[in-house]
Amino acid sequence: MATDFVARGSDLDLVGIRKEFPGFTALDHLDLHIPAGEFFALLGPSGCGKTTTLRLVAGLEEPTTGKILIGGKDVTASKPHERPVNTVFQSYALFPHMSVLENVAFGLRQRKIEDPLKRAEEALALVQLGHLAQRRPQQLSGGQQQRVALARALVNRPSLLLLDEPLGALDLKLRREMQIELKAIQMEVGLTFLHVTHDQEEAMDMADTVAVMNKGHIEQMGAPEALYDRPHTVFVAKFLGQSNLFIGDVAETSANSLSIEVAGYKISVPKDRAEKHTGKIAIGVRPEKADLHQQKPAPSSSENLIGPGEVLDIRFTGVSNQFLVEIPNIGLVTVFEQNEGNSTVALGDQVYVSWKVDHSFGLADLPDSVEE
Amino acid sequence: MRYSLGRAALPVYAVLALVYLLIPIVYTFIFSFNNTFKSNITWRGFTFNNWLTVCEEQGVCEAFGNSILIGVTSTIVATALGTAIAIALVRYEFKFRSAVSLLLFLPMATPEIVLGAGLASQFFNIGAEKGIGTVIIAHVMFCLSFVVVTVKARVSSLDPALEEAGSDLYASPSHVFWKITFPLLMPGIMSAALLSFALSFDDFIITNFNAGPTSTFPKFVYTAASKGIPAAANVVGSAVFLVAILIVVGVQIRSTIKERRLRAVK
Repeated sequence: MATDFVARGSDLDLVGIRKEFPGFTALDHLDLHIPAGEFFALLGPSGCGKTTTLRLVAGLEEPTTGKILIGGKDVTASKPHERPVNTVFQSYALFPHMSVLENVAFGLRQRKIEDPLKRAEEALALVQLGHLAQRRPQQLSGGQQQRVALARALVNRPSLLLLDEPLGALDLKLRREMQIELKAIQMEVGLTFLHVTHDQEEAMDMADTVAVMNKGHIEQMGAPEALYDRPHTVFVAKFLGQSNLFIGDVAETSANSLSIEVAGYKISVPKDRAEKHTGKIAIGVRPEKADLHQQKPAPSSSENLIGPGEVLDIRFTGVSNQFLVEIPNIGLVTVFEQNEGNSTVALGDQVYVSWKVDHSFGLADLPDSVEE
Repeated sequence: MRYSLGRAALPVYAVLALVYLLIPIVYTFIFSFNNTFKSNITWRGFTFNNWLTVCEEQGVCEAFGNSILIGVTSTIVATALGTAIAIALVRYEFKFRSAVSLLLFLPMATPEIVLGAGLASQFFNIGAEKGIGTVIIAHVMFCLSFVVVTVKARVSSLDPALEEAGSDLYASPSHVFWKITFPLLMPGIMSAALLSFALSFDDFIITNFNAGPTSTFPKFVYTAASKGIPAAANVVGSAVFLVAILIVVGVQIRSTIKERRLRAVK
């Protein structure tokens, strides 16, 4: 049976998946390819279908239509226990009537693999819990239980490891520690990880590729840096970090850029950073890419400039100061400035906001509150 | 310390309640050692004879044996069926699920005399010969509801993710049941079984309607009561009580030791 052990991960393919529950559609035509050995994160708010996707891959739900392939093999009709996949459940789901060691050895025993206890001990050592092998799960802290759940899944060397918000129940500090540990383990064992989370920082920190899900479909997919730098939709721009959005009709188009007019200001975006080039579009910028000026700077074609507006709120977060500026006829704009100890902007001041045209991004859709 | 009525009333009330509950049991136990002559109503001196010669009293041990046989058989059947029903009711969506849940309460709510008489006429209709078999069928019927209710509570508190984790870890459905579901339901199944046995063992009304010539312990005591209950009945009653107490104490000790050991490693 030892041949069942896969040393490396496998590809995962979801082809045309649709999943309907009585009364609603959880997933609507989902296509996804995850290459072997990748750390892949499904990110989205609750109810977006990310957990359903995970359960479909595990075999705990059946798709209404579509196919699931693991390592190129169609497993759509296979039962959960026949799939080379293991899951770290959100509630950990450790068996309370077994010791930690027996929990970890469970999968090995089911597959009649030799020396289950020795392998289980090794897996516990990998997550640094060797000394707690004889305890019951209830006697462990949340972080320790989480690591047992991880060891119980990893020990089977699955082609694909599924993680269902595995860090959701941990406090912030432990969470950050586990993120680092999890990533290190993934690099060490080289398995394909499919990680489901609603924590955008967690997804960006750990994953090679992030897929942002919304209302049963994948909104955008890519490397964390690319997603953050160039969101394609309003949902991604707002869910992944913060964004300032400006909405207006395209007024001017040049060879490399296009501009919209908003309340008398011209806001430009490079053409290759805009999803839509005509009609009414939304242009965004990240708050940390924008700068505040107390004097009106000299206009430049490579900068967008709006203002003056009043500083309504200043929030001190330690590393940065977060300014909320109200620009007349535009609304609220958020600007983050690195806390370098030399900020002189005070509440009520009139300021200008500028950012590089190259930092703008043009979105494919408009916020819900705006009529097309 | 100032005495108040409330402070004194609670202990007095508690003691009185306990005395009230224990008097019949203590009476039965003490009079099992009575050196009887004809009737077992007045105290005539201490003896172990009743305990040593319990089976010499006509019909006591036969009735007791029948009660045990009926109790054990109907407990096993009712517990097995009831556990399956409870799991189905909690875990699976099917048509008429809530109707089934409601119907299962009916035997508990129906007066025993109605159930007993109703069953007796059904057995008569199909021409079944009354005896141990018909009693077991009747007992399984009324124990079933209690088992379903007891086990259902346990199944509802069982995280479905545990069973999912089992199948995710390569366990076939039957392995998931025997390695995960069953051991975790065990406390509920055990209390359901004990409850079934107790209900079956001392049932009189339904049994009386459906037992025909077969004697059970409650039937024996009822018949004997008309001509003075023999001390042997006190002996059997006390013995059953002692065994029950021993089981409870044993379980308590075991769980205390277990808890201490858990705390020690922590």
